[in-house]
Amino acid sequence: MDENDDAVARTAAPAPEQDAVLALAQTPVVDGHGDDQPLTELHPNYKTALRVQAIIASIPFIVAAFVLEGQAILPTATIMVPVVLIALAFIIRLPARRFHARGYAMSTDRLRVARGILFRRDTVVPFGRVQHIDVNQGPLDRFFGIATLTLHTAGSHNASVHLPGLGEPLARDMREEIRSHIKREAL
Amino acid sequence: MNQSLAHSAEPQRTAPIGLLVTAITSIRQLVVPILVGGFALRDSPIGFGGLLFLLVAVLAGNLVVAYLKWLRKTYTMGVEDIRVESGIISRAARSVPYERIQDVSLEQKLLPRLFGLVEVKFETGAGGADDLKLAYLTEDQGEALRHLIRERREEEAAATDSSEGEVVASSQEESGEIIFSMDTKRLATFGFFEFSLAVFAVLGGLAQYAETFIGMEVWDPDLWFGLVQSQQGALESLGFAGQVISAIAGLIALLVIGSATGLIRTFLRDWGFVLEKTARGFRRRRGLFTKTDVVMPTHRVQALVLGTGWLRYRFGWHGLKFVSLAQDAGSSSHVVAPFAQLEEIDPVIRAAQFEPPSQSLDWHHASRKYRFDSAVIEGGIFVLIAVVLAGLVGAEVISGFDYAPLVPLAPLAAAALFVAANLYAWQFHRHALSATQIFARKGLLSPVTRIAARVKLHSVEIVQGPIARRRGYATLHLGLAGGGFSIPGLPLGRARELKLAILDSIATRDFSQLK
Repeated sequence: MDENDDAVARTAAPAPEQDAVLALAQTPVVDGHGDDQPLTELHPNYKTALRVQAIIASIPFIVAAFVLEGQAILPTATIMVPVVLIALAFIIRLPARRFHARGYAMSTDRLRVARGILFRRDTVVPFGRVQHIDVNQGPLDRFFGIATLTLHTAGSHNASVHLPGLGEPLARDMREEIRSHIKREAL
Repeated sequence: MNQSLAHSAEPQRTAPIGLLVTAITSIRQLVVPILVGGFALRDSPIGFGGLLFLLVAVLAGNLVVAYLKWLRKTYTMGVEDIRVESGIISRAARSVPYERIQDVSLEQKLLPRLFGLVEVKFETGAGGADDLKLAYLTEDQGEALRHLIRERREEEAAATDSSEGEVVASSQEESGEIIFSMDTKRLATFGFFEFSLAVFAVLGGLAQYAETFIGMEVWDPDLWFGLVQSQQGALESLGFAGQVISAIAGLIALLVIGSATGLIRTFLRDWGFVLEKTARGFRRRRGLFTKTDVVMPTHRVQALVLGTGWLRYRFGWHGLKFVSLAQDAGSSSHVVAPFAQLEEIDPVIRAAQFEPPSQSLDWHHASRKYRFDSAVIEGGIFVLIAVVLAGLVGAEVISGFDYAPLVPLAPLAAAALFVAANLYAWQFHRHALSATQIFARKGLLSPVTRIAARVKLHSVEIVQGPIARRRGYATLHLGLAGGGFSIPGLPLGRARELKLAILDSIATRDFSQLK
């Protein structure tokens, strides 16, 4: 594993060009366990994927707004304009904020996942408590080459901790990394 | 960077015959729609031929999907883990390390059985729906898999005993030391504190039952109206004193019935309650007619819950419960000392290798800002209701009786009560961290203390809502198998301190060494 040499507040996410070569994706390991440890940024494609999701989700509302405009119940544009503005906020502003609110820090024996704009959640799962590991990709994720890493624990709270928006090779590498810890520590 | 061992073993597909099972299952599911469709279309020009075509098309579609799914589903027995990859459009890959597999079960339903197929389930500590399943493998493949995993596990843990759940002890007596028991006198006291009016709900249910069988209209208002009217005359003739006496008599009857219910239930459930400490763990026997005999291995005790009731607390009575692994949670209750004084509970706690809470611990309170905010929020809701009511009174929506202007005062009083209770209860909400355990206590009238072993926790989470972030406090959630453990309103610094300390404890021992 590589030692992290980045001392800045956010370590750089692996460049998207690495996608092609599986072996090049290396898990960024962060020193220390404190709350001031730098969070690693997610894959830049994740922001785009979030945007596309927002676009898909807002289509029905836009269509409904169009239909209502067509009925001419209210003066022109009183429905369309606010709906479009809200949709734009959801498509442009929100994914960017969500993206920046999310991050992870993988240290030598635990994974920390931070998320949430309004409600901040900061979860730490020690590798020694991981039961099994999932790497999942939806159709959109596959298009953008990203994946969600899920760690399952035996606890009732946080039974599964999800880390979305990792580059797919990186997610697989992190899985190997975490799994190898399970082996090592069990012996 | 460790070399990827995943590709050393060949990915395998599940048994192709399984496709046949899927096809037959899908035909079975289509029977009802076919019948309904056939009935609806019996006169239409599309007719039977159309239906048949549709049927074949759906069936073919199902088969194609099933085939693609089968094609895309592979499992790999790696050196360290078993992994399953699946999905046509979405991809899901699950990796389960051998160390974490607690058991492999083979399940055969009727249809797969006819084809000699099995469904293989790998159970891990995560339990339930999150477990890994493989459907369908041939019986030989399944058996081989089970064998392989058992072998791997035995290599790993030659010394550690295999994890068994709660086993109902066999008839042969295990010698153990009795650490808690309840005699008849104790049971009687316990029964009185278990006062319950549930019997009236049961009677209501029975009455409804009777209604269907006897044909008596229990809910017919006329019946009861007539009954009350016939009694009212008698009641009125008694005069005021008589009415008071009959009311008191009614209350006494209620008390007697409630206590009797509590007594009977307690005697039935807890008759001959004996808790023993044996070599294998705790053994609890209780029950009058249905005797239960439960063994709880000590290493499976994750945490303790020390609870009480608002009234029994005044007399020093408490109850102790074990929190056991998640997969045991549903099967039976883990009450080990339902009704005891603290000095009787202490030895039980120590026997479970826990330390009882004591005053000498470094107890901490929640943030004072949290105290203020939660009081304001709880009071604020009632103030809001009062404002709305005041508005309604002002608009004369609520009117027509003398006390109408006083209506908004009721929620205001409630607001004052809740604010006062919140401010007062704060000093009873506290937590402490010892070298091996974490304690959290809450509750004003009936305090509950939770005790968890630091090393047996699974994850740590800090959650902050929008208010909490502004005000600098947070809720700490601890991942506990078989139960919840959270401490709200911690000052952020303290929450982080606890998180770090607990995580360091967890990291000292792997899950597989917890047993």
